[in-house]
Amino acid sequence: MDKGKQEAVLSGYRIIDLTNDKGHYCGKVLADLGADVIKIEPPGGDPSRNIGPFYRDIPDPEKSLYWWAYNTSKRGITLNLESDQGKHIFRRLVKTADVVVESSPPGYMDGLGLGYTALSEINQDIVVTSITPFGQTGPYKDWKADDLVGWAMAGQAYVTGDDDRPPCQISFPHGYLVTGSHAASGTLAALYYRECSGEGQHVDVSMQEAVLWTTLILVQFWDIMKINLFRAGSRRSMGTALFRLAFPCKDGHVGFLVAGGQLASITMPPLIKWMAEEGMLGAFEDKKDWEARDWIEKVDAMALTQETVDAWENSLLNFFATKTKTEIYEKAREKSMIIYPVSTTKDLAENVQLKTRDFYVGVEHPELGETITYMGSPYKMTVDSWSIRRRAPLIGEHNKEIYDGELGLSQADMRLLKEAGVI
Amino acid sequence: MAKQRIFEGLKIADFTWLGVGPIAMKFMAEMGATVIHIESHTRPDICRVSPPYKDWQPGINRSAFFAVYNDSKYGITLNLRMPQAQEVAKRIINNWADVVADAHLPGVMESWGLDYETLKKEKPDLIHVATALQGKTGPYSKMPGHGMVGVSLCGFTQLTGWPDREPTVPFGALTDFLTFPHMVTALISALLYRKKTGKGQYIEISQLECSAQYLAPPIMDYMINGRILTRMGNRSPYAAPHAVYRCRGEGEKWCAIVVSNEEEWDNFCRAIGNPEWSRDTRFATFQARKENEEELDVLVEEWTTEHSPEEVMRLLQEAGVAAGMVESGEDLVADPQLNHRGTHVILEHPEIGPHIYQPPPYRFSKTPHELTMPAPCLGQHNEYVLKEILGMSDDEVADLLIAGALE
Repeated sequence: MDKGKQEAVLSGYRIIDLTNDKGHYCGKVLADLGADVIKIEPPGGDPSRNIGPFYRDIPDPEKSLYWWAYNTSKRGITLNLESDQGKHIFRRLVKTADVVVESSPPGYMDGLGLGYTALSEINQDIVVTSITPFGQTGPYKDWKADDLVGWAMAGQAYVTGDDDRPPCQISFPHGYLVTGSHAASGTLAALYYRECSGEGQHVDVSMQEAVLWTTLILVQFWDIMKINLFRAGSRRSMGTALFRLAFPCKDGHVGFLVAGGQLASITMPPLIKWMAEEGMLGAFEDKKDWEARDWIEKVDAMALTQETVDAWENSLLNFFATKTKTEIYEKAREKSMIIYPVSTTKDLAENVQLKTRDFYVGVEHPELGETITYMGSPYKMTVDSWSIRRRAPLIGEHNKEIYDGELGLSQADMRLLKEAGVI
Repeated sequence: MAKQRIFEGLKIADFTWLGVGPIAMKFMAEMGATVIHIESHTRPDICRVSPPYKDWQPGINRSAFFAVYNDSKYGITLNLRMPQAQEVAKRIINNWADVVADAHLPGVMESWGLDYETLKKEKPDLIHVATALQGKTGPYSKMPGHGMVGVSLCGFTQLTGWPDREPTVPFGALTDFLTFPHMVTALISALLYRKKTGKGQYIEISQLECSAQYLAPPIMDYMINGRILTRMGNRSPYAAPHAVYRCRGEGEKWCAIVVSNEEEWDNFCRAIGNPEWSRDTRFATFQARKENEEELDVLVEEWTTEHSPEEVMRLLQEAGVAAGMVESGEDLVADPQLNHRGTHVILEHPEIGPHIYQPPPYRFSKTPHELTMPAPCLGQHNEYVLKEILGMSDDEVADLLIAGALE
């Protein structure tokens, strides 16, 4: 199913992907850029195949949209790494691989005799990337962390949610997805070094740190101002006053920040003009000067009182309440204002910008006789490399292709291995 | 052989600003690349004029916001609206750089003669990597924006908060942070390809398209099943308990607890001392716990409020249950695991003084990263870059200065 076009940027690299839901995304990123990624699942399939939602709501390990979305372009085999024969087969596979990506608890691979040191004896320049909650060493290395726990221990929970309720998550959590995204970068950096030096190495990725990298400057606010930033629902502190970041409108919400300074100078002049045209200036009645950019640029958000901010925001609330998300997004586009819809998943599926850029792509599912729409490329490259080469593998789909085709195991061998629960 | 860093010898001309580009190029710098970050007094990076400021005093070189995204880089100022400054930029690219990075709206690099189509004529193996909120093409590409509203456009706001309330806006410029690793990945892929083939290329990155990757299953759920995912507080379809519970202590003391299977439920009950209610049929199975989750949460919180978040976390983790205290900025600075990994690196900044920076979330066993210097003050390395790197004479530099090209 490979596109018959120029070579992709990662063509020629082989990656063995042992990860579960803590690391699927890393291998997907590399596979969609052209690497030959072989996913190894335990016999029977990876438990993350049970993560929903499911195609047509049929709870079936071959129909998990989570599995589908994050295992594209990979081939899939089953192998029991805890059996001696399984280890033997795995070692043979490692000989032709450039990278092994794994997401088991620290020490587990070493315990199987398949840790970085052991693998580098089989294949001297192998890169091994390990994805774990907290990293390979340290006081918390053996601790467990689901997304919500990582969200808490990286500071995100402290600053997310309404102030009168507990700290809150995002209802589709992405801690391990962003970790996988970083793991792909780290893996490629190690490959680049190998291309220069001939040496492989071990890359140790921490989910806690990856999520910490999504918290803006939480640590820095404490470090140099001794302020613990705190959750305030849809509002943010810009100094003394709290500012809204989401405003209800006719059919949902829009994202916008009044602020001051350079940012406000972009949006406020055309916005005030728009409000004036509709006779809804409200508290901005005496702010017609704001049509001149340089005036608003001098407004210091840090010095505004809550009273002033509330008065402005109330007028904006009244105004936005008369408009739909689409009307506001369109006007913002026309007038170059920083106002955006609060998108639902439906809005994203129908987003005109995404559609115009041909973002969404169809992927054939021969087993269903159907083409399913997937997320397209996160990057556009002139060496056109990104494509979904095949849908995610079915359980053991490429066992024959790899065990028979590549390793030369006979039908009889494969039957024995299957009976022994190895593949 | 002395420890070498991965990208030693690689040279990057960094025209980016705000979050995505600066952080991606800072990671490259920490992994060994030499990065020249190009700014201007005429349009300072908004991060430079946003808090946190040293001693609460605003100042163009006093914000840690800018600093932590730009360490280990040389910083110069060029007023790129002036032809003389554009010439300097072209010299940096043509005579020195392997990579150009930019984060401007479509048309801006073009207006300076620094777009890929123009640059590649002089330098065919150039890699140019560009990022914008909605991409560089398409009907909405010219809209200005930043991650604090990007988070709404990209679907995260709608999914954050409580079902009976308005959405909560996730903290900060979340989409920037979901995007920048993709920028690093795309750039290194292009570098690997260039190493093999000698060919450069142009890469364009949209925050909207990167962010959509993180919501792929729910977007596909809408497309296939017609379901629109909504926010559900801290609930999860796959675990119960799955929430953030109040703990003992003054102020904001909380701990997240996730019990994913029956073995963990048994471990959890044992860790909290097997109270009577834990043996109740209402909580005997996962399904039962989901059905009675509200009551369950109240009972769990009765236990957590008797303990500090640290105690809750340790007791449960030692019993094999995922639990983590909700860490504030202050807690993060003191976090033993982060400190073990060397997550917080202190560098001495000329105006901010010693303060905390963070490296990439991965560690290399043979080629450790290094944060070589604090973020540059605005224009701090003008003289070094112009004279030492570009080989300009004192007179040439003086001419640029007088013309205002270094503003």
